[in-house]
Amino acid sequence: MSYEMRRRFWATALIVAFFGLWEILCLALQVSDLVLPRPSQVFATLVDRFPVLVPHIIQTLWTTMVGFVLGVVVGVVIGAAIGVSRTAYDTAYPLLIGFSSIPKVAVVPIFVLWFGSGSVPAILTALAMCFFPIVVNIATGLATTEPELEDVLKSLGASKLDILWNVGLPRTMPFFFASLKIAVTFAFVGSVLSETVASNRGIGNVMMSASSNFDVPLVFAGLFILALLGVALYVAFSLIETRVTGWATRRQDFTAA
Amino acid sequence: MLTVSQSTKSAPPAVELSQAAVSFGRQESTVVALQETSLRIADGEFVALVGPSGCGKSTIMRLTAGLLQPTKGAVIVGGREVSAKALRIGMAFQNPTMLPWLTIERNVMLPLKIVKPFRSEYRAKKNGEFRDRVRALLADVGLDKFANHYPWQLSGGMLQRANLCRALVHEPSLLLLDEPFGALDQFTREELWGTMQSLWMKRRPTVLLITHDLKEAGFLASRICVMSARPGRIIDDSAVNFLRPRTVEMTFEHDFVALNQRLRELIIDARSETAIQGA
Repeated sequence: MSYEMRRRFWATALIVAFFGLWEILCLALQVSDLVLPRPSQVFATLVDRFPVLVPHIIQTLWTTMVGFVLGVVVGVVIGAAIGVSRTAYDTAYPLLIGFSSIPKVAVVPIFVLWFGSGSVPAILTALAMCFFPIVVNIATGLATTEPELEDVLKSLGASKLDILWNVGLPRTMPFFFASLKIAVTFAFVGSVLSETVASNRGIGNVMMSASSNFDVPLVFAGLFILALLGVALYVAFSLIETRVTGWATRRQDFTAA
Repeated sequence: MLTVSQSTKSAPPAVELSQAAVSFGRQESTVVALQETSLRIADGEFVALVGPSGCGKSTIMRLTAGLLQPTKGAVIVGGREVSAKALRIGMAFQNPTMLPWLTIERNVMLPLKIVKPFRSEYRAKKNGEFRDRVRALLADVGLDKFANHYPWQLSGGMLQRANLCRALVHEPSLLLLDEPFGALDQFTREELWGTMQSLWMKRRPTVLLITHDLKEAGFLASRICVMSARPGRIIDDSAVNFLRPRTVEMTFEHDFVALNQRLRELIIDARSETAIQGA
């Protein structure tokens, strides 16, 4: 069996074992489904209620993606601005760190106060959650360009823009994609967070109302959906990453392409 | 001892430092990196600059490249005072700094993407004329089979060959080499001396080579300048008249060894001077 096959086999085995153990322990210890429903019950609920859940899934996915895209734009612009200049880097960093240390739960009520409940606070919370890792990675990528290479290019008469375009940005790509994978899961956390606090739609809202009705299997169904969506988005960005920045991981198949 | 080779007097110099000095900082805390230094390099000459470490060799190179402005005096390259914008210079450092996301061919082509007048034609010619030119250059250094490889697939010596190609691809009138072979093992280094020599004999660029390998200087250069310890100035300037193409075997012959020893003593003296000053 190849390494790749073995890896996949064991990853799958671990997931199956996790749910198997959960199911068995619940049965053996006779745990009430009001406390912890068995995975089989959760899956049954998921299949049963799926048509009702679809609009909520779409809502969460939509606000997450809009927040994420805006977060990428904001993150790239700020990251590039502070990455090209040492002074800007040192000046802006304390403020950015201060902002990123604020628990985002705390800003949701403010967004609700300004924009009412619904999609807008969800988008903004997603944005606020996800832009910081992008800023840090873009700035670091740009700030660590080899000085010798800059000298070579400058002696050729290259402008700052030439250097940014031909060296700075391409070498930032691996950092950028690494941050995208983190950012997209953060964006998810942001939008769900906002939905649980103030919204009448979305997975976060479904889970809140289900828990107040003691519909615990539905709460867990919501969790499963969130986990699945998170994995799906992570995988999507990993695939794009390997296509664009295969050079950074020295992949043989990148060379062949 | 000062021997100036004949060629520097007749033709207009490719590079001229006249009383150029560099210092950093202000007033009391001033650090002099380079004392008033004059150096003329004739068109097509291969000059090696040797000296103890930290003596300002790299400062001279950065001055010549227009990356640094002299505090005093003037630096004239190709008949004009330097500023990085106007020059056509090729540079290679000890670190080959190939871009890891580009193939060797594209890496070598990079200057054509930036330097005028090539940059305006880059799009149209990158898969035609420019590629042929890069391929020919890579063939000269024995890398033609590796044009489509990525930098991490090549050895240190191969990367340094590619680095030389990148420094030469835009046909610079002046080539600046800052210890380009410093990080290589003995045998690879000797091999690359041969490569460098044949590149120079074929294209005849003006070269300023900075090195602390005296054998390397003797093998490659047509003139060797020795610098004193910091703050640097040129204390010896002598022509090297061994026949070309030179071979590694020649470096064991009497005349070559004698030259090496003379240079060595000069540098040892220069070093001990600072040791006394420092004590």
